[in-house]
Amino acid sequence: MPERRDFLVNAIKGLGLAATGGLAWSGFIEEGKSAPLILRPPGALPEKEFIASCIKCGMCVEACPYDALALAEPGDDKPIGTPFFTPRTNPCYMCKDIPCVPACPTGSLDESLVSDKDENGELKLNINLAKMGLAVIDRETCIAYSGIQCDACYRSCPRIDEAITIDYTRNKRTGKHALRAPVVHSEACTGCGLCEKACVTQKSSIFVLPREIAMGKSSERYIKGWDERDGERIKDVTEEVTTQTPRSGKSAIDYLNNEDF
Amino acid sequence: MRKYKYQIPRRLLQISILFIFFGGNAYGWNVLRGNLSSAKVLDAIPLSDPFAVLQSYSAGASIATDALVGALIILLFYAVLGGRVFCGWVCPVNMVTDLACKIRTSFNLDTIWKSWDIQRGVRFWVIGLSVVLSAILGVAAFEWISPIGALHRGIIYGFGFGWAFVLIVFLFDLFAVKNGFCGHLCPLGGFYSIVGRFGFLRIGYDKAKCTSCMKCIEICPEEQVLSIVNQHSGAVLSGECINCGRCIEVCDDNAVKFSSIYLNKYSNNK
Ligand code: SF4
Ligand code: SF4
Ligand code: SF4
Ligand code: SF4
Ligand code: SF4
Repeated sequence: MPERRDFLVNAIKGLGLAATGGLAWSGFIEEGKSAPLILRPPGALPEKEFIASCIKCGMCVEACPYDALALAEPGDDKPIGTPFFTPRTNPCYMCKDIPCVPACPTGSLDESLVSDKDENGELKLNINLAKMGLAVIDRETCIAYSGIQCDACYRSCPRIDEAITIDYTRNKRTGKHALRAPVVHSEACTGCGLCEKACVTQKSSIFVLPREIAMGKSSERYIKGWDERDGERIKDVTEEVTTQTPRSGKSAIDYLNNEDF
Repeated sequence: MRKYKYQIPRRLLQISILFIFFGGNAYGWNVLRGNLSSAKVLDAIPLSDPFAVLQSYSAGASIATDALVGALIILLFYAVLGGRVFCGWVCPVNMVTDLACKIRTSFNLDTIWKSWDIQRGVRFWVIGLSVVLSAILGVAAFEWISPIGALHRGIIYGFGFGWAFVLIVFLFDLFAVKNGFCGHLCPLGGFYSIVGRFGFLRIGYDKAKCTSCMKCIEICPEEQVLSIVNQHSGAVLSGECINCGRCIEVCDDNAVKFSSIYLNKYSNNK
């Protein structure tokens, strides 16, 4: 049955070649995917969903009146063909009508992520909801932290006094001067990067990073009781003890008095 | 001029589509915005690359209405038109690979280095691989390495290192395999050959006029589709024909014409 044998041999050869090609191909994609330092336009889906759905059409790029966005190309070390911005040269100017978002045909830029209800209960675009990244300050190079007068980033911030505030303290080094240092607040910062563009130091001392990279996460069990919103999480907790251990029967004072320490 | 009867309008169309896209980005023209992956006509009608949408779907994305409608419009358009009209008349890579082929044949390179032996069916494996890898990796796998994307994005928005992808295709076609990329590997071409299989526009062949010079087969980038030549009159049935019309241009005997399988004359392939 030479024909049948040929067929089998060819099929195995084909599969082998497909596997080889597929592996090289996947390697190349994984390499690009693992470059996480990328800032997406406003309203972008979480990165994993974003790179699955963005069709690389550049419609967002064209819609941006400030030419803030660009599509990544080989050599940019970013997922090929997808949009990003580089704050130091071209920050996002936080347009009120966010033209880049409705332009997206695939929903990779999702209007619902940058909309909320206005006074009349109508859903409206609100650029302040954008979470493109988070500005981070290098206190060692920021001249304001050394006591030199500078508030360029603070003044450039479209959410001045919300996303960046100035912390007014004493300059411990001189002991007699003021220290007026910028502080970024993650709930309000949109990651637009206007501060990064404005910073006067040679290499910007305030820069936008993707939020997943810039932010930590405290464990569920830490509750800020003094923070009303965080306190909500324990409003249903009763004093009733549900976990029983040999020690839990005693009160805390007995336990401290009777044990050997 | 007859020799370029279709060549010239083909190049004009390929170039003007790119130019209109370029103007959309650079000067804000709203005739056609976006690029070949997805676009909008007059800020109203969406168009999308159905193969890219298929890969996105396989990657697990939920497809938004605009992209879906756009993909259906394009799918329907090429399915009705027939053959790989996209390849012959729209895709910019066709200009690159045609140039490589032209150099290859005019310097008789085929006699110096033999084409590697790759089967034309490989492109269908690449389609399968694109879909499977998209599912595994969670991104549209072919779009990530596509020289087509690199070329049109490069022209519309400016090249990064993307020209390298296009150069690889050019060199591959020039040195390794004649019509290597478009004729053997490109999954988008393979995809449209399936889509266009039952479409209208076809090459018709009239054996009575044919003098068996075989020029059509020499020029054809997909010569296997012209299997009827010297056999019997009829229409090219394979969807792999890119409808470029080169065979018509080179035929000195008027034996080859644009036609349709749905016209009586060519309908009964005898
Ligand atoms: S919000 Fe405005 S400036 Fe920012 S990316 Fe979108 S269009 Fe460009
Ligand atoms: S408009 Fe949407 S699909 Fe197109 S490149 Fe921008 S994010 Fe991607
Ligand atoms: S602009 Fe730069 S140097 Fe000035 S306060 Fe802001 S971060 Fe510091
Ligand atoms: S085979 Fe692929 S690269 Fe070649 S013309 Fe067709 S779509 Fe373009
Ligand atoms: S059969 Fe004719 S139209 Fe079709 S690909 Fe070949 S040369 Fe082009």
